Amino acid sequence: MRLRKILLDHGGGGKASHDLIKETFLPQFNNPFLMELDDSAVFKVGKARLAFSTDSYVVEPIFFPGGDIGSLAIYGTINDLAMRGARPLYLSVGFIIEEGFDLSDLERILSSMKDAANKSQVLVVTGDTKVVSKGSVDKLFINTSGIGIIETNINISGQNAQIGDKVIISGTIGDHGIAVLSQREGLELEYPLKSDSAPLNKLVFEMLEASSNIHALRDPTRGGIGTSLNEIAVQSHVGIRIFEETIPIKEEVVGACELLGLDPLYVANEGKLLAFVDPHDVNKVLDKMRANEYGGEAQVIGEVVADHKGKVAMVTRIGGTRIVDMLTGDQLPRIC
Amino acid sequence: MCLAVPMEVLNIDGNRAWVSAGGTKREVRLDVIDQRPHIGDYVIVHAGFAIHRIDQEMAKETLKMFEEMFSNEAPG
Amino acid sequence: MKHLDEYRDRELAQRIIERIHASSKKGIRIMEVCGTHTVSIFRNGIRDVLPSNIALISGPGCPVCVTATEEIDKSIKLSREHDVIITTFGDLMRVPGSKSSLQKEKANGADIRVVYSVSDAIKIASNNPQKRVVFLGIGFETTAPTIAAAVLEAKSEGIKNFFVLVLHKLIPPAMEALLSGGDLKIDGFMCPGHVTSIIGASSYVPVTQRYHIPCVVAGFEPIDILQAIYMLVEQLEEGQAQVEIQYKRGVTFEGNKNAMAIMERVFDRCDTVWRGLGVISKSGFKLKVQYREFAAEDSFDLSIPKAKEHPGCMCGEILRGVVTPAECPLFRRTCNPGHPVGPCMVSSEGTCAAYYKYQA
Repeated sequence: MRLRKILLDHGGGGKASHDLIKETFLPQFNNPFLMELDDSAVFKVGKARLAFSTDSYVVEPIFFPGGDIGSLAIYGTINDLAMRGARPLYLSVGFIIEEGFDLSDLERILSSMKDAANKSQVLVVTGDTKVVSKGSVDKLFINTSGIGIIETNINISGQNAQIGDKVIISGTIGDHGIAVLSQREGLELEYPLKSDSAPLNKLVFEMLEASSNIHALRDPTRGGIGTSLNEIAVQSHVGIRIFEETIPIKEEVVGACELLGLDPLYVANEGKLLAFVDPHDVNKVLDKMRANEYGGEAQVIGEVVADHKGKVAMVTRIGGTRIVDMLTGDQLPRIC
Repeated sequence: MCLAVPMEVLNIDGNRAWVSAGGTKREVRLDVIDQRPHIGDYVIVHAGFAIHRIDQEMAKETLKMFEEMFSNEAPG
Repeated sequence: MKHLDEYRDRELAQRIIERIHASSKKGIRIMEVCGTHTVSIFRNGIRDVLPSNIALISGPGCPVCVTATEEIDKSIKLSREHDVIITTFGDLMRVPGSKSSLQKEKANGADIRVVYSVSDAIKIASNNPQKRVVFLGIGFETTAPTIAAAVLEAKSEGIKNFFVLVLHKLIPPAMEALLSGGDLKIDGFMCPGHVTSIIGASSYVPVTQRYHIPCVVAGFEPIDILQAIYMLVEQLEEGQAQVEIQYKRGVTFEGNKNAMAIMERVFDRCDTVWRGLGVISKSGFKLKVQYREFAAEDSFDLSIPKAKEHPGCMCGEILRGVVTPAECPLFRRTCNPGHPVGPCMVSSEGTCAAYYKYQA
């Protein structure tokens, strides 16, 4: 008999997470909104089209260079809404706090959440707090849910990538994952690498102004761009080909990845998006992105192809081709 | 096996040294290296230990080998 | 020179690839012995740029993948002791034992910590004097000296709560074992750069002489690997069998005498079991008598029921290139990346795992 236990892999965002959702969650909650398996559900209420999303935040350490668990919880849910082309409006926040948690740390986190909400023009309209006995959670966990509104002419989904679309990344990859990991692994970074944690709703809004031919958006958080690209390839029944040379990445992220044996394609981002855009509109969209504070280093990194449906291939620096597979779970530092 | 990366020696303190690769720094140990490095040298780092001091001359030789390999070919 | 980007240059790569295409006439099979080479070959898409007459065969892989079921079972038994903290390289977490893995034991509450260096394990021991800290000493000759240095440090610092389960494996005996089977269909070896930084390229001379098979010690960047393949092609086209070093910046003929001396001081050679390959004579290490106080097997009861190596597993044959994964009765049925049996499936880039994923 196999041990039927939840492993950390099941939360890594990779193949184990997807299998858990498919085999354990979906059979219970089968409905067409959920079955889209997008970052948010989209439905109509009266005449309005709404996007609705939820996410929980358990990052360790809770304060990291470039952010903290509070701002991350606000931006993460805002970004999930924005990835359907929605304008985020209202958020709920739920806290599970460990007995003995420092009140001043809580205040610091709340203040950061307030700033994050102001910056992204959303309101926190409802909330909940639970305190559990010491050891039941690690410091504090936050859940946020959000509602946004979608303009009538917008139809963005992970299912809509079209053959011929160009794939854009909004900036350098792996910043968040390495910023957090370097705190845990005793790495020191020369130019202290900050998490890219940021709200992307304004960037998305400007991109949508520039083009009505943006077909799919995704923020490559857990599991990195490698995982997100695989999700889109499967959801849209297309192949995706990316080019290693074109992927923007900071030198210190490369260095840390080499040292710890990680593939940056699978390292988390918290303020980046992947966009699947009609080739005719690519330059317009890129121009808009590069003018935004969160899209300065936007690049075309690949294209949607008719070959290898459901799979992602990468043309490597030396001109070879490799498959970018979905990983089973989180990458662990390794020595071989 | 054995993931190991070339890192530049920033400073040395007895049996330990701070090294850097692309701005990522870490303290490593010098217990098992055979030639003690100097500041500015590159060492190959495996699992928190410097295991080899890179011989600059040898590295140049490899690159020169490429040049020679292709010197009698038209570019492109 | 930062010794990295120079070896990732596209134009240089293209020119070496052209050279390989122009020179390579014979059908040849090259085994990369080292798992890190396997990963680099995969990540850089190197198979894709080679002529079809050159086949790259993944060797015994990484030291983790060849960790025997029994050794994992012992580690798991240790992790269940109430006062023990297990420290390990991340690589070992998902490797399956008979019934469980370290990852699953962690889910069940065992205190298992992934470390980047054995030094971190020593720190954990110093910070947790009431606990016994066991480090799982995996790795080939590259890693073994670092573990030996840690044992020496623990001895001189008088650290009493630090133990090592020594599971090291040695490369040249494994190459010998593969070759001595007689049915190995391999024409040349790409030898592991960082193992050879320690043991020196001279270690492969007996193999080349006895079996008339060329060995080229290679670095891990794409240009290194392509150049090593080119050097092997040249030797094979001319019928030579020599030891050559491609990775000159990281390897010498003699090796790292200091590291070898440290290993000699701390370890004795012993026979050890390799997953999929069985017992290989003198292919492992154990702590010498004067360091037995750090030997986990002396301080803990590690008696376990005899581990079942899966009887159908053909990893040995697959590694020797005698059969393909599809010919193994377990492949895709009992053995898959989610539930791997042998080392070729345990390693995410092992022959079977790659076959499973990419040859649908």
